[in-house]
Amino acid sequence: MSAEPVRTVAFGVNGETREATIPVRRTLGDVLRHDFGLTGTHLGCEHGVCGACTVLLDGRAVRACLMLAVQAEGHEIRTVEGLADAAGALHPLQQAFCDHHGLQCGFCTPGMLTTLVEFLADCPDPTAAQVRVAISGNLCRCTGYESIVAAVLDAAARMRAA
Amino acid sequence: MKPAAFEYHAPRTLEEAVAVLARVAPEEGRVLAGGQTLVPAMALRLARPGHLVDINGVAGLDRIDVADGVVRIGACVRHAAVDAPGPMGRLMALMKRHIAHGPIRARGTFCGSLANADAASEWCLLAVAMDARVEVRSARGARILAVDDLLLGSMMTTLEPDEMIVAARIRLLPERARVGFHEFARRAGDFAQVMAVAVLGDDGPRLAIGSLEPRPRRLPEAEAALANDPVDLAAASRTAAAALLLPEEDAYLRALAETSVRRALEAAA
Ligand SMILES: Cc1cc2nc3c(=O)[nH]c(=O)nc-3n(C[C@H](O)[C@H](O)[C@H](O)COP(=O)(O)OP(=O)(O)OC[C@H]3O[C@@H](n4cnc5c(N)ncnc54)[C@H](O)[C@@H]3O)c2cc1C
Ligand code: FES
Ligand code: FES
Repeated sequence: MSAEPVRTVAFGVNGETREATIPVRRTLGDVLRHDFGLTGTHLGCEHGVCGACTVLLDGRAVRACLMLAVQAEGHEIRTVEGLADAAGALHPLQQAFCDHHGLQCGFCTPGMLTTLVEFLADCPDPTAAQVRVAISGNLCRCTGYESIVAAVLDAAARMRAA
Repeated sequence: MKPAAFEYHAPRTLEEAVAVLARVAPEEGRVLAGGQTLVPAMALRLARPGHLVDINGVAGLDRIDVADGVVRIGACVRHAAVDAPGPMGRLMALMKRHIAHGPIRARGTFCGSLANADAASEWCLLAVAMDARVEVRSARGARILAVDDLLLGSMMTTLEPDEMIVAARIRLLPERARVGFHEFARRAGDFAQVMAVAVLGDDGPRLAIGSLEPRPRRLPEAEAALANDPVDLAAASRTAAAALLLPEEDAYLRALAETSVRRALEAAA
């Protein structure tokens, strides 16, 4: 093949329309990080297994490593950078992760949070067992999950009360 | 960037899609559906397509239609959206939970699973158990084939490079039918080591097993054993496991298969 095929794409990222001319083979995860400087989305395995790259596509959790960025054309992406409110106050899930030691190195955290934002929207009053199923596709190698589950249950309670 | 370079096509209609596919098929052109198998294969460079024909923007492919006792699942229907009325819908829900994890089910497609023909695909197992049919299109025309004539073996189908699956058709089950599914996997969301589906109380018992052989299949010997009166589920499960083509020394997998079949049958009984 002669020249690298490129395309100009435009899609929403955390409420703002972003545009870029990119090689068509660049994944959404790579474009978020390299072209838009949003390094909150982490890339671990890059083949769908670890969950670190999970972002919200029109509100649904998806793997940013398994989507080409050109496929996001016209859609709305929400990343971990878009979870805190405009004034910078942490999302209740982020606050609960802080309070319960739901992270250690933080590598898995962005994917945990985006996965759980979707989950709590669908299931606002979950049991611990349901939380474990919800994050079964997110690998954490340091905190040991117990504190993550505690953080989610607390965040769910705070969000129901709010 | 991990994948090798390719050209990207985003057709908006089915006619356009099959026309582009016909043009690029000789240059390793491939359909891109949910991307949940193809994109990782490209990241690992196990797949190096010269062209991708992305069907996600093709109007109408994301539809599920129910008519004349058949559910028709379009090529862009995601795992998470797969559904049908009655016992078929219940069976689909039982099986769906075992396909990877939520974010993968939000993108991967039913028809992509059939085209990919993984021996451990839940949807291939369901399609085989129910004698599903697939609608295939190319610029040369349309054909409908039985899933048994689609699946050749592990990751192998009879699709020509310029053909795409447009939809899968599965017969609905009558309200009286009872369904059961069981799967063993090493961890939640992993591919199955073995899985079994049972449908009882329909036109005749249906029992199919997946993952241990190169493609899922029904087990006529065990289905016949289920016709015995009184029915002995344990005996039928032994018959099922004995019928599998496994190396003699694989006593462990055979035992796993027997248990999986028995649990699927018990769930349906
Ligand atoms: C971590 C992980 C775990 C997984 N676990 C499971 C599991 O437990 N069970 C399971 O069944 N699957 C599993 N999968 C695979 C997943 O279900 C895929 O979605 C599915 O195998 C392929 O569907 P797709 O739409 O994503 O296809 P794609 O990845 O887009 O395509 C796969 C192949 O099929 C071809 N293709 C796709 N659609 C068509 C069409 N309409 N016509 C012609 N050719 C077509 C493509 O060209 C390609 O060769 C897993 C995936 C990941 C990443
Ligand atoms: S980087 Fe996407 S799932 Fe691991
Ligand atoms: S906090 Fe380190 S991987 Fe989860």
